[in-house]
Amino acid sequence: MRITLRDIRKQYGKVNANDGIDLEIDEGSIHGILGENGAGKSTLMKVLAGYTAKTSGTILLNGRPADYDHPAQATRLGIGMLYQDPLDFPPLTVLENFMMGLAHGLVSREETTRPRLKDLADSFGFHLNPDDVVERLTVGERQQLELVRLLALGVEVLILDEPTTGISNLQKQALFRALRKLAEERKTILLVSHKLEDIEALCDRITVLRRGRVEGEMVPPFEGARLLKWMFGTEPAPPPCFERRTGEGSMMLAMEGVSGLGGRAGLNSCDVAVRQGEVVGLAGLEGSGQALFLRLASGLEKPEKGKIRLAGEDMTGKDHHAYRGRGVTFLPAGRLEEGLMPGLTLTEHFALQQQKGMVIHWPEAWQRAKRGIERFRIKGSPDSAAESLSGGNQQRLLLALLPADPLLLLLEHPTRGLDVDSVQWVWEKLMAYAAQGTGIVFSSAELDEIFQMADRVLVFFNGAVVKDVRTCDTTIEDLAKAIAGKG
Amino acid sequence: MALFPEYSGPKELALRVLLISGGVFILTSLVLLVAGTPPWPAFYHLFVGALGSWNKLAQVLMVWIPLTLCACGLLYSFRIGLWNIGVEGQVVAGAIACTAVLRFGVESGSPALMLMVAFASGILGGGVWAVLAGLLKTKGGVNEIFGGLGLNFVAQGITLWLIFGPWKRPGVGSMSGTELFQESLWLPTVLSGRLSPVGLVLTVLTLVAAAWVLNRTRLGLSLKGIGSNARAAYLHGLNPNTYFILAMGMAGGCAGLAGAFQVAGVYHRLIPVISSNYGYLALLVVMLANYRVWGSPWIAFFFACLNVGSIQLPIVLKLDSSLSGIIQGALVLTTLLVYGLRK
Repeated sequence: MRITLRDIRKQYGKVNANDGIDLEIDEGSIHGILGENGAGKSTLMKVLAGYTAKTSGTILLNGRPADYDHPAQATRLGIGMLYQDPLDFPPLTVLENFMMGLAHGLVSREETTRPRLKDLADSFGFHLNPDDVVERLTVGERQQLELVRLLALGVEVLILDEPTTGISNLQKQALFRALRKLAEERKTILLVSHKLEDIEALCDRITVLRRGRVEGEMVPPFEGARLLKWMFGTEPAPPPCFERRTGEGSMMLAMEGVSGLGGRAGLNSCDVAVRQGEVVGLAGLEGSGQALFLRLASGLEKPEKGKIRLAGEDMTGKDHHAYRGRGVTFLPAGRLEEGLMPGLTLTEHFALQQQKGMVIHWPEAWQRAKRGIERFRIKGSPDSAAESLSGGNQQRLLLALLPADPLLLLLEHPTRGLDVDSVQWVWEKLMAYAAQGTGIVFSSAELDEIFQMADRVLVFFNGAVVKDVRTCDTTIEDLAKAIAGKG
Repeated sequence: MALFPEYSGPKELALRVLLISGGVFILTSLVLLVAGTPPWPAFYHLFVGALGSWNKLAQVLMVWIPLTLCACGLLYSFRIGLWNIGVEGQVVAGAIACTAVLRFGVESGSPALMLMVAFASGILGGGVWAVLAGLLKTKGGVNEIFGGLGLNFVAQGITLWLIFGPWKRPGVGSMSGTELFQESLWLPTVLSGRLSPVGLVLTVLTLVAAAWVLNRTRLGLSLKGIGSNARAAYLHGLNPNTYFILAMGMAGGCAGLAGAFQVAGVYHRLIPVISSNYGYLALLVVMLANYRVWGSPWIAFFFACLNVGSIQLPIVLKLDSSLSGIIQGALVLTTLLVYGLRK
């Protein structure tokens, strides 16, 4: 099936996730969609898969306009999507999952579907036991199951969103073989990834998205450098090196051979030190280990191996409150989910900071809330509930609640979703902390932000720190390469 | 957590109370008409049965006391977001612990002191029973609803075992309970044995304490914070598990006090149905009060009136006393409906 996208737009509030995308995808081709985090790839694919309704634009299938806004409709038209997190039913068996959505009529027949599953799986060299429970399978196996299920539903167009994250090398090879075979059978494959090497190895054509628009298209032979430039753009140079702290203050945080479990990739033997007053940015694809790094450094997760020291003291295995007592503060990305307490007013949030006494001094807490609102320019009153604040103001509130002189500030996406004004303002505050000697470690999906704000960058790839470099000793291109696993 | 999150000022509240009352009246009348009973006499006898005389009012208050005590306890556990279904078993555990002290009797010395020890034992018994459910949750990962429900059955089982086993009456055990305590160990009463001033004072004090703890202390705010978002509260330096145990302990203590009151003030012995289901009813009370301290005693009072008022119905109208249950059910339904519609 040939797919034509004309002027696809998708707005989330004020954000243009897709800002007028034109795309032509040929039948029987493997088409790669590249772009950094937030470039609009996933949104575009979800629109195509009927998972998300587009704001405007046209989708033509074999030249005919198609209008649908539901995944089931898309499947009937022959479009199926393999999501980053497989959409299966973990407590059910492989066979039961396979039968899901497949049944016609009231009764679904196990005896007819069982050989069908086996045939399909065998034809791709997948080893799927029909009676295994899905929650015990690896991500790769779940992906294989989802793939054969979609094919059994008769899809002609297959969309894969980051299919190579979290699967083994062997499974990756099996997947690539399967995709090539499908392309030969005149199926159309759309492959979304930020991993350059995967896309280069597989695709007949690559489209690069950037900030919701098509930045460029390329057919083999691919020029990696140009693709990276399209993906990440050329950004303003960082401030000259002499303005940066050299990172020779005393050691605040030291990780020695730390490994941990969690997220997709975990974290493998990580050796990192953060010094007084240093600002360290964590770069990498979402889920490459940055989140786990921050949680290990704040004591929220315990390492499997290795040692963690704070200002020289061994903290390995202690809980977050012990870290907190040593001056470590963690600000999570989920401001309302993990940072604030919905239903509690600003005054109540400040009152909880009170450390002594049995009775709460409400007037005092109210005054502190009022002062915090003024100093941090929070749009709200002491009696507002935390959840009534906008994202930017929630972040301001969290900053207002920070202790006066923390040893170490660990921030997960501190400016995600904030408007330009708030971003600038948050960084002013954070830089003031750094100036007084606080070590700052933050993760961000924006490479520009890391490049401009951090003294040092750690690049994560597949659960390991693959690059640890001072910002002034590197370039955006180098970082982009490392992020894409080509460092 | 709140069932009805928004608060909309006294006028709106009055309107809602009016709408709810109307709804309850209509729904209940319909049920009565279907049953072939004229609604008006039924409501009349219900009212007179509950508030027709000082003696009746005293009876209502004797129901109000344990109900409100349980409600006070539940306010703590709800504030931290726990569904303390185990409140029923905590009442029973308090009653058992209180009986364990009182059945020794007093040879000499002060019965008042003995009663104080018995009440303290009741509070402790209920508290321990609740902490068990709390530990099951924090250490064993058992949801407090299931843990509490299980412990309810265990407490009930222990009661029966005691009544028919170690604590049975001389001769043969009977469903009517253990032997009566000696009379000096009965909680003093007025109005020819119908009302216990001590119980009344204790309940009011427990209410005031709950209001103070929940609204004025760091403990109360911490419970609220954890109830709202335990993960965030942890990042703000609170340890949710500690507070879970603490809140359960306080809830169980109040329930245990209710159990002790049932034993020392009402039945003067341990009986198989010592809790009279007041624990479960208190869950309804607190939810209808929207988890607010000062709403609870009024709703508890209303429920107590229904309980006492309906006793007369079978005699006067040949109507089953389950009418009070119907009214309670109608109340819950219309409350949800009115709050849903007036959003």
